[in-house]
Amino acid sequence: MKDYPNHQQPLTKSPIKRSIVGIFIILFGLGLLVISMIASILFGAAEIELTTIWQSIVSYDVSLTSHQVVYELRIPRTLAAVAVGACLSVSGAIMQGVTRNPLASPSIMGISAGAAFMIALAFAFFPGTTSLGLMLSAFIGAGLGTTTVFGLSAFSRGGLSPVKLALAGTAISAFLQSLSSAIAIHFDVARDISFWFAGGVAGTRWATLEVIIPVVTIGLIGAMVLSRSITILSLSEEVAIGLGVEINHIRILAILVVLLLTGAAVSIAGTIGFVGLVIPHITRFLVGADYRWIIPCSAILGALLLVLADIGARMINPPFETPVGTMTALIGVPFLLYLARKGGNN
Amino acid sequence: MQSTIKKPGFIISILFILIILIFFVSLNTGFIRIPFQDIFRVLIGLDQGQNQLVIFQFRLPRLFLALLAGAGLAVSGSIFQGITQNELADPSILGISSGAGFAVVLFLSFYRASSQLFSQFSVLLLPFVAFLGGVIAALLIYLLAWKKGVTATRLILVGIAVNAAFGAGLIVLQLRLHPNDFMQATIWLSGSISNSSWNQVFAILPWTIILLPIAIYKANYLNFFTLGDPVAIGLGVEVEKERAKLLFLAVALAGSSVAVGGGIAFLALIVPHLTRKWVGANHNYVIPAAALMGALLLLIADMLARTLLAPSEIPVGLITSFIGAPYFIYLLLKV
Repeated sequence: MKDYPNHQQPLTKSPIKRSIVGIFIILFGLGLLVISMIASILFGAAEIELTTIWQSIVSYDVSLTSHQVVYELRIPRTLAAVAVGACLSVSGAIMQGVTRNPLASPSIMGISAGAAFMIALAFAFFPGTTSLGLMLSAFIGAGLGTTTVFGLSAFSRGGLSPVKLALAGTAISAFLQSLSSAIAIHFDVARDISFWFAGGVAGTRWATLEVIIPVVTIGLIGAMVLSRSITILSLSEEVAIGLGVEINHIRILAILVVLLLTGAAVSIAGTIGFVGLVIPHITRFLVGADYRWIIPCSAILGALLLVLADIGARMINPPFETPVGTMTALIGVPFLLYLARKGGNN
Repeated sequence: MQSTIKKPGFIISILFILIILIFFVSLNTGFIRIPFQDIFRVLIGLDQGQNQLVIFQFRLPRLFLALLAGAGLAVSGSIFQGITQNELADPSILGISSGAGFAVVLFLSFYRASSQLFSQFSVLLLPFVAFLGGVIAALLIYLLAWKKGVTATRLILVGIAVNAAFGAGLIVLQLRLHPNDFMQATIWLSGSISNSSWNQVFAILPWTIILLPIAIYKANYLNFFTLGDPVAIGLGVEVEKERAKLLFLAVALAGSSVAVGGGIAFLALIVPHLTRKWVGANHNYVIPAAALMGALLLLIADMLARTLLAPSEIPVGLITSFIGAPYFIYLLLKV
């Protein structure tokens, strides 16, 4: 692990300074988030006035198209981007903390692919599934992916090294993706599925959000409750045991939280890579190794990143939507390269 | 381990016989079943009817393509594993295949002289385009992984990143394609030889005919690399030069296979392993045996792809990754 000094960076600055940085990120980040959310509601194919947003929230008028666009399309879409970004980055942060592996994240570890696989199954066998049904399938699939990866680390001698984990994740993703494609082609739902995945957060409606938001809230609260134990676990197993932390309980609870958050994210927006990898690293760099700060800051920065990426996806090639996953890859790939160059010495 | 190694000549002849057997079984199976005696009637020119059309226009080009692409990928994988001294190296994991695939889709999205995705002329150019894309990907990976030398770990991690980058670029390109081409490109990218024509066979054939013998001829250098660079230099091998030549060869083989078969996953990874298990570590035998084994495996995978979910076809790349991914994970745990 000494190859990734950033991951176990000692608290070089004093804890007080770190918490000032944390508070600053939360306040400043929230401000930026609100601004970019408004921007996300304003930008798009139809021109929207700033005042229309306010009016359509306080006095919604069904007969006005602009109100409909704002209230039925843009606001749900923006909220979905916030939720997905927060979910993915908090999942990534928890996974990196619990496994002490800097490459751990939902998409690299095959969890997103698992969720996507179950969604393909749902499309094939239960056409017309509700968003609740899709979410349930995504949870089961995420569980499938997680169990496989954790099972592999359990069977592997001395656990999986970061590189092995990345390779195992790639292989599991490839395996699950080939299953999904085979199902999609055979049941002739390939078009539906690719549209659904490429759609990102674009097609989100209030009905979906009503189901998802409680789940996301529970997941995020759970993450905050666990944050102290995750901090200790991320330092070293021995320290955690010495301090009386029930390691296995924490691990199981952490996995459950990751499942909730990743499942929710995938069931809204399909597989969006790199958010869960990049954001926790950036946050850890800014606020240090304390997960009580990392988790809320990751949530805000992740939400900000995805709202911006979603705006970019609409702007880059109008009137077509570029998949949001491409936008996050634009940021994520250089970052992964940076990690590879920094760490892969042996 | 040592006791399981049979005489290489014996293994190679067995593989050869198996390929011929499976070839005929494969001609027989498919949406339209053609009895064996009819196949022979067609092959010696007695039957001019529907069977002749099916065999000559659909089945035969497809089977040849499976043989050529399978051999190319397997040899490419063997060379990659030989020069990196890493059992997990493979053109698709290192991002070479996705680079080649990206170049092909880029080429097709600009070059649309006819409405056909694979028109007469462009199909002959495709291997060159794919090769170019593969070389660019290889250079990118090598340069980005370079930090006072290259380590296997860094190569693989950088490969994963470059792979993701090409993947993201591909999606953007695909969305610009015509909806019909989009579907075709999607199937092609997941590895498919189902719409093969003689044109494609002629496109890859010269590459295989030229590159495969060179690979067999150069196989001895791979043996030197196994001894480690210092020993190889001591034996008078120009290590860096030979490594670059072999890398070029491997990229060319992978590129030409990708150009006709798309992203056929994991084949290049598992065949060298299976081969080494049976013929031992001597690359003079590994390379030819891997070529035969790759051809055989892709032939079988293609037969499964046609029959498993008939009448719909599964891209053959899905079959190979279905078999290959679990094997890869097994290797990962073992290494």
